[in-house]
Amino acid sequence: MPHTTRVLHSEWTKIRSVRSTLWTLVTALTVTVGLSALICAFTASQFDKLGKNEQLNFDATQTSFSGSGLGQLAMIAFGVLIVSGEYNTGMIRSSLAAVPQRSVFIAAKIFVAGGLVLVVGMATSFLAFFVGQALLGEHSVSIDDKGVLRAVLGGGIYMTLIALFAMGLTFVLRSPLLAFGILMPFFFLISNILGNVNATKEYAQYLPDQAGKTVTAVVPESLSRPYGPYEGLLIMVGWTVAALLAGWIVLKKRDA
Amino acid sequence: MIELQALTKRYGDKTAVDHLTFSVRPGIVTGFLGPNGAGKSTTMRMMLGLDSPTSGSIRIDGKRYNQLRDPLNHIGALLEAKAVHGGRTAYNHLLCMAQSNNIPKKRINEVLDLVGLSDVARKRPKGFSLGMGQRLGIAGALLGDPKILMFDEPVNGLDPEGIHWIRNLMQHLASEGRTVFVSSHLMSEMSLTAEHLVVIGRGKLLADTSMADFIAKNSRTFVRVRTPEPERMRDILVHSGVMPVFEEDGAMQVDGVDPARIGELAAWYRVVLHELSPQKASLEEAFMQLTAGSVEYQAQGKGEQPSRQTGQAGRRRR
Repeated sequence: MPHTTRVLHSEWTKIRSVRSTLWTLVTALTVTVGLSALICAFTASQFDKLGKNEQLNFDATQTSFSGSGLGQLAMIAFGVLIVSGEYNTGMIRSSLAAVPQRSVFIAAKIFVAGGLVLVVGMATSFLAFFVGQALLGEHSVSIDDKGVLRAVLGGGIYMTLIALFAMGLTFVLRSPLLAFGILMPFFFLISNILGNVNATKEYAQYLPDQAGKTVTAVVPESLSRPYGPYEGLLIMVGWTVAALLAGWIVLKKRDA
Repeated sequence: MIELQALTKRYGDKTAVDHLTFSVRPGIVTGFLGPNGAGKSTTMRMMLGLDSPTSGSIRIDGKRYNQLRDPLNHIGALLEAKAVHGGRTAYNHLLCMAQSNNIPKKRINEVLDLVGLSDVARKRPKGFSLGMGQRLGIAGALLGDPKILMFDEPVNGLDPEGIHWIRNLMQHLASEGRTVFVSSHLMSEMSLTAEHLVVIGRGKLLADTSMADFIAKNSRTFVRVRTPEPERMRDILVHSGVMPVFEEDGAMQVDGVDPARIGELAAWYRVVLHELSPQKASLEEAFMQLTAGSVEYQAQGKGEQPSRQTGQAGRRRR
């Protein structure tokens, strides 16, 4: 078996053998699907009370994914735990003694974790969509409608990218406390606040989560961004690649 | 075979490891001795490629660590600090290490048996005692059946039975022709296991010698004489050709004279003796003297002077 394959195997064993980490993925799925369903059901019952503009710009796809704001935090937790679990336990010393080729090590970890998160992210996205549409009833859209499949696939990719972004940043920070302390409030509060305050809106729309969200929107007017869904996704990919590169450089340069 | 060439590690302006050059030979246990903070762990981490040296080099069987293919099959290490995820079972911990290094699965159960952890193989190390954690670390080191083994303070936290077990294990591994490199800050521990000795202090090499040589050179024997008339006794001894050395509390150390001869002299001149005892300076004392100038944080105050204290400790052990 070639070396890289063996390291991938080893990383897969590491992921599947720590229960607490896996629970974050279960949480990401249930929270996103559950909360989205709740919001969809509520929206369906209150649809007539919405303003004219809101009804016109109503985005059924985006609404069925509205629980992801909370669910993504569990995805971030997964990304943080999978990396900080190496550092705060000292496991990193065993890991790098076994695989001293650090680029291979980090690539294998990102690949395996990314693959798993993509599967869970897609499952979450599709489940949230179909459950949400069922609850929206007459206001729902079909997966065959224009742009909908792209938005649902985009939702899965969004979940994957946010977890990978967290991984990259945690490779830089190493400490789970620091990583959680920065990422959680940022994506839960700060990014939203910056995105809603007029003075900062213009810049905040280029933040990873704000940009990435556009890919899950089918009615562009609901967001009013100067870039389209694919450009938005690309901006988020850029952030993720930057975070992973930073993590890779730190891993290469710093003592373990 | 491990070879270090002018190995140096600096953190800012602090030099942790200072131009270390020595080699560790196969077939024997080599002790790596030094006071706390001497740079032992840093050196060992550099040997494993975890920390990168500021300058100098390390070769393991002629190669750099990261040039080794499946390194666990060449060199196994137990590091001082725990290097295990507490939430991953002992078996799975060893499994992920085995997989990356092409080690067959059945070897995992073998090493778990060897270290006596078979019963807790499916338990998570979170609940392990210090000793069990240490055994799991050793299992990891033995996993690839490597020719070179490195143990950083292996007896720390082990009970007497565990200490006995690891001493035998190290000697057994060396007798199979492997290179065994073990660090400690306790001379007494080293004198029981190591055949060769590398001593460092403040990152500098202080000694690189066989244990036998070190003992021969450093285990001084003398006679302690205590008397209410120290001045007279000293004159008597000087008269017969020996120069006693006074200890702090007034007792004398006499080198190179038989205790019987001193007793006879005292009787002849009618000097009262309160103590006449043959003494052997402990290896611990010799080690303390060797590293005296290089102890990181020296205890202050009279009662805690190193030589005095270990002298006492040495006596108690006998």
